Amino acid sequence: MKRFDQYNPDTSVEKGWQALRQRIDAQVSSAFTSCVHCGLCADACHFYAETGDPRYTPIYKLRPLRKLWQREHTLSGKVSAWLGLGEALGEADFAEWETLVYDSCTLCGRCGLACPLGVDIPALLRKQRTGFNAAGYAPEGLKGATKRAVETGSPMSVTWKALSAQIRHIEAETGLPIPVDQSDVQYLVMLSSLEIMGFPEYLASIARIFDHAGIAWTLSSQAFEATNSGVQIGDDDVARELLQRVFDTATELGVSHIISPECGHAYTAIRWESANLLGHDIPFEIVHIVELLDQLQREGRLHTEGKIDAHLTFHDPCDLVRKGGVVEEPRRILNRVADDFVESPDCGVTNWCCGGGGGVSANERAEDLRLAAFRRKKSQFEELGVSAVVTACVNCRNVLEEGLEHYEMDIEVLGLTELVAGHLVSEKTGTETP
Amino acid sequence: MAELILGPLWTLSVWVFCLGITGRIIAIFVRGFSRDHARARNSALPGSIVAIVRRNWQRPQFRQAGAFVLISGYMFHLGLLVLLFFAEPHAVFIEQHILGFGWPAVPHWAFILAGEFAFAGLLLLWLRRFVHPVVRLLSTRDNHVAAGLTFFAMLTGCLALLEYFEALRVLHVFAIELLMLYFPFSSLMHTFTIFVSRGSSGAIAGRRGAGI
Repeated sequence: MKRFDQYNPDTSVEKGWQALRQRIDAQVSSAFTSCVHCGLCADACHFYAETGDPRYTPIYKLRPLRKLWQREHTLSGKVSAWLGLGEALGEADFAEWETLVYDSCTLCGRCGLACPLGVDIPALLRKQRTGFNAAGYAPEGLKGATKRAVETGSPMSVTWKALSAQIRHIEAETGLPIPVDQSDVQYLVMLSSLEIMGFPEYLASIARIFDHAGIAWTLSSQAFEATNSGVQIGDDDVARELLQRVFDTATELGVSHIISPECGHAYTAIRWESANLLGHDIPFEIVHIVELLDQLQREGRLHTEGKIDAHLTFHDPCDLVRKGGVVEEPRRILNRVADDFVESPDCGVTNWCCGGGGGVSANERAEDLRLAAFRRKKSQFEELGVSAVVTACVNCRNVLEEGLEHYEMDIEVLGLTELVAGHLVSEKTGTETP
Repeated sequence: MAELILGPLWTLSVWVFCLGITGRIIAIFVRGFSRDHARARNSALPGSIVAIVRRNWQRPQFRQAGAFVLISGYMFHLGLLVLLFFAEPHAVFIEQHILGFGWPAVPHWAFILAGEFAFAGLLLLWLRRFVHPVVRLLSTRDNHVAAGLTFFAMLTGCLALLEYFEALRVLHVFAIELLMLYFPFSSLMHTFTIFVSRGSSGAIAGRRGAGI
């Protein structure tokens, strides 16, 4: 595997088409052969649902990939190309579709769930992004985040020094030590830069919960960032590099488990995509923090008292719930610490995306569209009449807070881990594991 | 002309239809599905089966937006199924020329009812391609040709009921031949590949324990 610490992608339109050619497999072929253009995916997409613009129809966003498949993998396309007929593959395909591919798709997967033909549209769009990135047609916001992730270890350029400062504050606040570079503990805790700088209460909550449950854990000064800009922008080399850094660190420290933070795409990247990107089994158990909290609760190692005094709902992060299968775990946890928890009719695997996943929140030019799509969440919350929303993804949390602020809605947004930590009984109940 | 239609053209159509479909399905599998190395939460096979079955109807959350397509789609597909396999001339043809055994045909009134459902469903779905902004944008020449040839085959099938006009029966056979010649190279292939696309997506979701 190629390793690197500088990000200087060599892009060209031909490289873009070549990258797309390499991704036309049985999944792509069966999807395009099956699609009858019924348009049912449109109504499942928050970008279409809130704007009514047909161009935001999910399957339409895949036109460049479909065009390539049609031209090079079907008899009619080959004959047309041979006769000099049909549309040629050109730079315009990348230029015209770039905003559809990056700004109006959060890879949330709701469209794929609605497709009667079973076309996994976000999986295909993820493949298509690799072509756009190779062609040099990716948003500046994501390019910058990717460069920072490769060169500084964080898409927000959060350095170890910055995290160290946060650790000192948290240790002072909680009175608990934050273990760093501890060998032979069970769990390596990963973070996202947004958590470190915007929501440091997450790390404080981890410290409290793990102390309470007797969990042996550590942070790493070498690799603490779980998010993966390579997955978002569609650069598999970068995705592999960022993942390998985590696994190298986990190997050095001798941990058996890696904990994905409250971040949806980080969970998808490290839990589901890592083995496929690297081409082999990953020798660690990888769990989302919510899965671990649920496990601790079921094992009787997590004791809470009291319940939050708020009429609240849970916002399902797409990567965790719809695409990751962690549906009941957050609900079991939430029911322990909240007694006025209500569900939206679209809850669970069909929940509406916050609008900022798939790199959209890191893409400044998509802000207006993202806020337009947020009207769907606004309607959901208004119908429920909630005063608080709990979620288990820091990116969702940030996007929800921005959206609620934009629409002047007085609704508090909470992280699930933070909520649990706030209701722990005072004495320790766990038995420390080595 | 009738000799050509009932003879060599029929043979050619059948061969193109069978070999074309087989070839396209093989071509899909030859490209290969990526092996999923991630540790599975559940097994893939149940996910595939669930997806193949479950996607026959829509989740309640998608039902309102998709009701028109769902109802029209079932009207067309179920109607066509009855016409194709249970219309008396077809059942007899299948028994005498394809399988060597047959099954009871539906009564005439059921045939007429199925035909009406199939026509109504097809026309509603086709009309939607012209009036719905999303579907109008998505629809390709292939979608319209496929709908047109299917409509032509069904229409000539109804005309062929007037059995004392041999020319109408020949016209229906010709319509079927056009449909068979076009089928493997068109979106009509979804008749078969729907199981591949549903099954492969279901396998991935099934391994993750995700929504199917």
